[in-house]
Amino acid sequence: MSECPECGKAIERRDLIEGEIFPCPDCGVELEVTSVEPFKIDAAPREAEDWGE
Amino acid sequence: MSDAFTLGMFYTVIRPEEKWILEAAAKRGIPVERLHDEEVTFPLVRNGFKADLVLNRSVSHSRSLYALRFFEHYGVPTVNPYEVVALCGDKVLASLRLAEAGIPTPRTVVALTPEAALKALDEIGYPAVLKPPVGSWGRLMAKVDDREEAEQIIEHKTALGSPNHSIFYVQEYVEKPERDLRVFVVGDEVVAAMYRYSKDWRTNAARGGTAESLEPDSELSELALKASLAVGGGVLAVDLMESPRGLLVHEVNPTPEFKALTGATGIDVADRIVDYVVEVAKR
Repeated sequence: MSECPECGKAIERRDLIEGEIFPCPDCGVELEVTSVEPFKIDAAPREAEDWGE
Repeated sequence: MSDAFTLGMFYTVIRPEEKWILEAAAKRGIPVERLHDEEVTFPLVRNGFKADLVLNRSVSHSRSLYALRFFEHYGVPTVNPYEVVALCGDKVLASLRLAEAGIPTPRTVVALTPEAALKALDEIGYPAVLKPPVGSWGRLMAKVDDREEAEQIIEHKTALGSPNHSIFYVQEYVEKPERDLRVFVVGDEVVAAMYRYSKDWRTNAARGGTAESLEPDSELSELALKASLAVGGGVLAVDLMESPRGLLVHEVNPTPEFKALTGATGIDVADRIVDYVVEVAKR
């Protein structure tokens, strides 16, 4: 269990894997799994100018 | 390379696309080494990683370019190769290559100074579209309706100060339906296609457009394959517009997203990518 850094919502690991980005189910902010054991999340990296397809 | 190989996935974040690729590899028993673009270091002599082939899924164009060049230097094949990413990631180079291959594209003029940019816009005619040479997801693109607006936008771009905003890629504004077409090509095969709808003139799915499955006819498939081949081939998403003078290729994406495409078509695109990676590994 970890908490959304934006709204404090408790987040369970479920089937999330390291590096995965997902929206906070409460506030919708993009989060990233920074570690699985122990389970840690942080705000997803901000889009840089050269990011894309 | 033998059947047993380790696949390196060079990535920035794990989106559904990357997760599906990992699952497709796991299904085939292919070991995957995850190479996070924020952590990997690149000495001049290969050291410290196992991958026999690298699939690039980094969303950063500059990180991709340097990394792919290093993998090439180490003798590790990549999907896509450095040359393909270098070409497709730069709109100027991509336009030149598509034109050289005789592929219909929007009328384009490139200018290297703010003064010349105004001339380029006059040559194209208003409305026109101004894009940074490197960039995606419709970011910092501008639809320019008249000369006054052009002067203001160019002043703002100049104030940004980066080299990417000091080169001006000017394109005609194509009158099209509120949609464009995306054709996903893997190797020499069209894997899936979709319409992308948006009321915004930028139909990028990343900007909130909606997707609808499309059964490509032979004209569309042939054009997409020709565009893919022109830039060197691999795993590519060819974006096209329906213009009054027919289909125009406006972009070939070298690290394509396919979440919306998979959702719209039900086609397991990740599976096809991994099939292709296996094929490249056997070469």
